[in-house]
Amino acid sequence: MKLKASKEYLLAIVAVILGLMAGAVLMLVTGNNPVDGFYYLFRGGLMNIERVGNTLATATPLIFTGLSVAFAFKTGLFNIGGAGQMLIGGLCATAVGLTFAWPKPILLAVIVIVSMIGGGLWAALPGWLKARFNVHEVVSTIMMNWIAYWTVFYVVPLYFKGPFLETESQKIPAAASLKTVWMTSLFHGSYINQGIFLAVIFVIVSAFILEKTTLGYELKAVGFNRDAAQAAGISVKRNIILSMTIAGALAGLGGATFYVGYASNMQIGVMPSHGFDGIAVSLLGANSPWGVMGAAIFFGLLHTGKGFMNAMTSIPPEIADTIIATIIYFAAASVLVERNWDRFRRKWTTGRLFKRTQHRIRQGTGGRE
Amino acid sequence: MWNILVQIFPYAVAFTIPLLITALGGLFSERSGVVNIGLEGLMVIGMFTAAIVISKTELNSPGVSILLGLLAALLVSALFAMLHAFACVSLNANQVISGIAINMVAGALTTYLARFITGSGNIQIIHGLGRHKVPALSEIPLLGKLIFTQSYLTTWLVLAILLTASFALYRTRFGLRLRSCGEHPHAADSAGINVYRMRYSAVMISGACAGLGGAIFLVTVSGEFNGTAAGMGFLALAALIFGQWKPFGILGATFFFGFASTIANVSQAVPALAQIPGIFLKTFPYIITLAALVVFSKSSQAPKAAGEPYDKGKR
Amino acid sequence: MEYIVEMQKIRKEFPGIVACDDITFQLEKGEIHALLGENGAGKSTLMNILFGLYQPDRGFIRLRGKDVNIANPNVANDLGIGMVHQHFKLVHNFTVTENIILGMEPTRGLAIDIRSAAARIRELSQKYGLNVDPDAKISDVSVGMQQRVEILKMLYRNAEILIFDEPTAVLTPQEVRELMKIMSSLIAEQKTIILITHKLREIKAIANRCTVIRRGKLIGTVDVASSSPETLAEMMVGRKVLFKIEKQEQRPGDAILNIENLSVRGNSGVLGLKHFSLEVRYGEILGIAGVDGNGQAELVEAIIGLRKAETGRVMLLGQDITTLPTRERIARGLAHIPDDRHKYGLILDYTVEDNLILKLYHRQPFSKKGLLNREEIHRHADRLIEVFDVRTGQGGEASARSLSGGNQQKAIVGREIDGNPELLIAVQPTRGLDVGAIEYIHKRLLEQRDHGKAVLLVSLELDEILNLSDRIAVINSGELVGLVNAAETNENEVGLMMAGVKRGATA
Repeated sequence: MKLKASKEYLLAIVAVILGLMAGAVLMLVTGNNPVDGFYYLFRGGLMNIERVGNTLATATPLIFTGLSVAFAFKTGLFNIGGAGQMLIGGLCATAVGLTFAWPKPILLAVIVIVSMIGGGLWAALPGWLKARFNVHEVVSTIMMNWIAYWTVFYVVPLYFKGPFLETESQKIPAAASLKTVWMTSLFHGSYINQGIFLAVIFVIVSAFILEKTTLGYELKAVGFNRDAAQAAGISVKRNIILSMTIAGALAGLGGATFYVGYASNMQIGVMPSHGFDGIAVSLLGANSPWGVMGAAIFFGLLHTGKGFMNAMTSIPPEIADTIIATIIYFAAASVLVERNWDRFRRKWTTGRLFKRTQHRIRQGTGGRE
Repeated sequence: MWNILVQIFPYAVAFTIPLLITALGGLFSERSGVVNIGLEGLMVIGMFTAAIVISKTELNSPGVSILLGLLAALLVSALFAMLHAFACVSLNANQVISGIAINMVAGALTTYLARFITGSGNIQIIHGLGRHKVPALSEIPLLGKLIFTQSYLTTWLVLAILLTASFALYRTRFGLRLRSCGEHPHAADSAGINVYRMRYSAVMISGACAGLGGAIFLVTVSGEFNGTAAGMGFLALAALIFGQWKPFGILGATFFFGFASTIANVSQAVPALAQIPGIFLKTFPYIITLAALVVFSKSSQAPKAAGEPYDKGKR
Repeated sequence: MEYIVEMQKIRKEFPGIVACDDITFQLEKGEIHALLGENGAGKSTLMNILFGLYQPDRGFIRLRGKDVNIANPNVANDLGIGMVHQHFKLVHNFTVTENIILGMEPTRGLAIDIRSAAARIRELSQKYGLNVDPDAKISDVSVGMQQRVEILKMLYRNAEILIFDEPTAVLTPQEVRELMKIMSSLIAEQKTIILITHKLREIKAIANRCTVIRRGKLIGTVDVASSSPETLAEMMVGRKVLFKIEKQEQRPGDAILNIENLSVRGNSGVLGLKHFSLEVRYGEILGIAGVDGNGQAELVEAIIGLRKAETGRVMLLGQDITTLPTRERIARGLAHIPDDRHKYGLILDYTVEDNLILKLYHRQPFSKKGLLNREEIHRHADRLIEVFDVRTGQGGEASARSLSGGNQQKAIVGREIDGNPELLIAVQPTRGLDVGAIEYIHKRLLEQRDHGKAVLLVSLELDEILNLSDRIAVINSGELVGLVNAAETNENEVGLMMAGVKRGATA
């Protein structure tokens, strides 16, 4: 078990290194110095407390979409509908925030709950389609993404239209925002908000559910071997729907942390990139909750630093997105690394065996005979 | 009503054609056993390539420049698709993840390059493709007005590709072998067919088609590259499923989707259509595809081995 | 003497095992040569080398006196070697013709010339009496017919040397007889046949010579006519094999399971089990005999609740359990050893200890209020590993994947028997195991019976059914053909019933 986990992290690190190398090549090709590029990229995400705050704030929704993908993955499901679930969660949060004038704690609690319900239901449908009709969740969640996209596209201007632009909602009131005065001033005006605490809590909750509970045991059993789980009396359908719902709820809450935390209103006509980035986060974090958190913070760093890098050098900011995308590609193609890793290990163990036998032969004790 | 139809029909066709060619590309890939979620990204590559080539050459002779742009898009996207083929075929990578990576790399890389080349993330072309009246055929009652009066040359090109694709898939040696790789790669292998090579060529065909689709979208509809294909690639994927992995099924599905989207787009301008809520029209292709997935769940024509890496060792 | 095929000192190693250890194999033209060995003995590896799927590490192959290098199946085809694999390599939504010509399609212009291909196939089919319709879709024809398509595939490629890998496993007794007829007609047309099998009866019936392999080593090549089945079995296993198992006198008790008028749909949607009724009693092993795919899977899955009953009901201990979920049935005393342990029996990526609580994790003491109790889970695993002699290497922490097939099966048997079930359903419990593990599992099944519990044994191996069962129910096309006492029947009678011939229908 341990060995397997360490191998997964090794593969993730190799993917990151290859991704960074690809970024360096791209910088070189376009006539820039990669050393400068990376220096400003990382400096831009870390150089002061505000930047650190922004890195964490950017990482927050990524932690949620990453957890969402990882959770579903444990049950053998591929949730690529994080973007849509996030949009619906964000829409629910925005709707509540713009509609009710309740005290902040109550309003935030309701926002957390409705965004989770919204995202959860949005993912429950693909889950149900999978359980009932064996509809592949990859395809159905893609469809759900675009249904969410167009839903937001038409619902926001119709009910929550901002005062100036057709393409965005009104600004949410301070009472409905996850931002707080003390955090904002502590981090010198950064985007950081209480979403990060929610993220940490849900990382812990996810890890606990997956490792310590019968629910986690069931979900993973279904993920590893659906038929054997079924034959052992575990309800596969129930677990599939449940897993997708939990995954959707996580992404939905991520939507709330983005639209009423990081941002203050909802733009229409934008498919959030967090859905697909969440897949990268999950892959890189070896599908474990704590790994997801680390990977999300790393990506948050890249996203936060890219603007600064762009200002200091002539490297376009999309270098960060290119690096992330390349990391996913290498993570997918990690079989290449894996094969060599296995070969290396076999050589190493047989090498040791060989030496031991030789040692015995020299001592005259021979083998088993 | 008839007037509205005559008015919007050319737009619907213009929107359908890039979808159709992209979905046909997806058809080849999936029929060979490789799921291609990267169609969206491959379209973006095509749009980008065409936009660069056309914007650099169009001052001299716009017609030639568009032709060059389409050709370049086709070639570059085919090459880019090799990345997907390499991961899926040679490395047995998860095809969905690789496809997503293709989408993300395409979007980020082209915008990066566009910013590097033009200073902004957008590339505009001045001359789009002109519409033509087909002589004689446009005199046919009804159909002549609808189809042959305001048509793009690319429409006829893509329809020709559709016929060729259908013939190639069902009547030729290449098609039989390709389909066998998507249904039962071990059977294909034991019959002496190189599954890897078949899948490589199929994925490259899908890249070429999607690239052409992106380029056609650029020269007929959008007129500018801005780093995304606006979900057209995913819509093509939906059409591939709704069309049940058959060339003419795909033709029907893409036209259906193209028409719905066009109505949604023009509904503001045409009062008669404004009564239909846009949200319904825009989400319609996705909802109908979900419904189709349910209806066909028992009898799906999806290639059996699509999505599964082929491992020669596992017999 | 010149051999048509001569494989000299062939060696092939895989990580951890020597699959072929300097095996020499010589084939005479025009013979039927059986290749006999237990599961995993190396016979398939040897033939895959001949067919070009694997390359030998050492040794050489000589064909008609010439050294050859068979780099891939294409080369084998060109050399006139064809193979019918155990799992057919046919594309289900293609026609017979399309499947046969795949890879060497005749063309006219750009298009494939289907018509002339179909004509040639029809001609070949008539010549060898195969009776195949070239225009039928593979998904519409029977398994026996699919096998003949595979044979035609070889003939279409002008193969001279035909390798059959366990060809009878999926066939009814009549289809087996027909296959043997076809083989004879192939021999009459100057073909040479290699028959890979572990069934002695078939070898005696049709083969001329037999080469025996055990654990990767050549044991010998013998003339079939002058060797008794006992000798062949001993060569295959390496020691004397008991053909009869010692059994105590049976003391049957009350009924535990009553199946009444049960109909169940199969995967294709048609009824795989039709109005089936059966009673299983305490203190007996009831064997279900039948050829694969005649409703056994539907029956078992309906009893444990993985498949819906269309008509009828299943009664356990007098109570109707037809619509209960699987977990509830397990709680009432059902246990199940599935035929495919990797697919249905184990979660290979889980540890052994997690696999051992697969049906218990939700109960105390293994969990309480949804939280797992690791300590109890460890203890449980340690006990079962000891009692059932599961060799894991690292106790309960080892991953199930790392165990050998026999130990995986022991872990499953342990898990299922440990709960002291009222009724144990064992489906092909010894598939793919070596003789030692087979004997261990047989002993455990008999123990259940001797302790007064009931066992429902489903097996495709007629010998296993005849040796273990007290009563035998024979199933054909989803229907119960007959029910006989094991002591009062024999192979012939059960074999006939398996083919659908009711008892007493023939003299």
